[in-house]
Amino acid sequence: MEWETVIGLEIHAQLATHSKIFSAASTAYGAEANTQACAIDLGMPGMLPVLNAEAVRMAVKLGLATGSEITRRSVFARKNYFYPDLPKGYQISQFELPIVGPGTLEIELKDGTRKQVGITRAHLEEDAGKSLHEDFHGMSGIDLNRAGTPLIEIVSEPDMRSAAEAIAYMKKIHTLVRYLEICDGNMQEGSFRCDANVSIRPVGAAEFGTRTELKNINSFRFVERAINYEVERQIDVLESGGTVTQETRLYDTDKNETRPMRSKEEANDYRYFPDPDLLPVELDEDYIQAIADTLPELPDPKRERFQQEYDLSAYDAGVLSASRELADFYEATVAAAKGTAKLTANWVMGELAGVLNKQSLDIGASRISPEQLGGLVLRIEDNTISGKIAKEVFEAMWSEQQDADTIIEARGLRQITDTGAIESLIDEVIEAHPKQTEQYRGGAEKLLGFFVGQVMKRSQGKANPGMVNKVLRDKLGGS
Amino acid sequence: MSLSEEEVRKIAHLGGLAIRDENIPRYAQSLSSILDLVNQMEAVDTVEIQPMAHPLDAIQRLRPDEVRETDQRAEFQPLAPQVENGLYLVPKVIE
Repeated sequence: MEWETVIGLEIHAQLATHSKIFSAASTAYGAEANTQACAIDLGMPGMLPVLNAEAVRMAVKLGLATGSEITRRSVFARKNYFYPDLPKGYQISQFELPIVGPGTLEIELKDGTRKQVGITRAHLEEDAGKSLHEDFHGMSGIDLNRAGTPLIEIVSEPDMRSAAEAIAYMKKIHTLVRYLEICDGNMQEGSFRCDANVSIRPVGAAEFGTRTELKNINSFRFVERAINYEVERQIDVLESGGTVTQETRLYDTDKNETRPMRSKEEANDYRYFPDPDLLPVELDEDYIQAIADTLPELPDPKRERFQQEYDLSAYDAGVLSASRELADFYEATVAAAKGTAKLTANWVMGELAGVLNKQSLDIGASRISPEQLGGLVLRIEDNTISGKIAKEVFEAMWSEQQDADTIIEARGLRQITDTGAIESLIDEVIEAHPKQTEQYRGGAEKLLGFFVGQVMKRSQGKANPGMVNKVLRDKLGGS
Repeated sequence: MSLSEEEVRKIAHLGGLAIRDENIPRYAQSLSSILDLVNQMEAVDTVEIQPMAHPLDAIQRLRPDEVRETDQRAEFQPLAPQVENGLYLVPKVIE
């Protein structure tokens, strides 16, 4: 039987606030255990949550950027369950009236096809603490520093039909939250996490199959693997006459398999009710408009603008607009290079990306500034140096942190464009290689490359290759 | 509406409550009468009524995003039954 995969994603993004969603404790990552867990985060009796204004603002930014409805009156609710990393016995979340309502996001697949994915809702909630399962004399250790960190949970419609679509959607949200500067997107530190609801159904069927929920998958690669594994597993179950059980499954990265996580069926009976400690949040038009006015240019419009304004391919424009920092660096470099857009794109995506990647650095840590790189591009453009010499200059700029002109002058790398100088170099080469000269003149024209090579070598790469070619042909004459 | 003994046990379990078997019929009766009241209210036409999220007719005030709490771990940890390396220890939780 032919099966169709159906996927919906729940993405948890930690909001980049300084303090927690309901307390004034720090959210900084990596502090010593429980030093950032205050009385509110610990669920001490009598403590009252007070909502963080910045968390609300960030949620609204996300809603506006995804074209979603912003709920004018949203309500916090208690989601009740017992787990040691949740000291109150409930998580403050939103249920019936989330702050962000329905919206859509357009994703683009590798083959260029586009698809609309529905966003069901996005709600604010608090993160739980962390359970450490290493052996503490048969006990578990609890660190509540993360408890109360603001999260926005973005819930998609079950609109995705393959792991590739799920990845494209997830990457899109990832790019978006970083553009909006509402989440650092750090997946290793758990700032951006994903649960996937996966089911299969016969192709053409109208009803969905029973789904399983894959929990907390913390990299794009693992999301793809976990979904693909789970789809194969469900096909095996159904094709051998079994039924898929609705359950939560954990993806094991070492074994590349999913396995059931919670067996207690009442685990999902959360008994939500409005939190009496918090009042409804009301947002008016002025507030929402003021936030809309601060939204940066978003990834899609930026990419389109790059294609038009700089005449870049869709691919190049996509790479250069993948993050705001990279896009800003590129635009500053183009400005410094007096609008030489395509050549600048090649250098940013080529040499610069290469050295950053090699040294595991972000664009913000580049040792060459946009102004300096733009200066280098200008010298290639005006034929002061060849592209090959430019790579040498680039390396020197990176290590010595000086601008291109300084290095070109100090090392005498200026390209030789003086016809007289090139002619004398060529005369030397012809004199040194009488045999090849004879062969060339006898019709072996493929030897031209050999002569060009010799001349370039003698000029230490500084002769203008175009001129060398031209003068060589003239001098060698040939048949 | 009458809750079964099994439903009472489930509700107690979800609430993390230990209850005595001999009290279950009484709980079943009390809880059922609450549900009867809810059923009675269901008869009211509420189409035009916005659900009440809070008894106070007020809206949430927001707090500026500033870190104001200091580390009070040394005061909190003695309240816990067991701690180690700054962690609160609990009976092993296995997923």
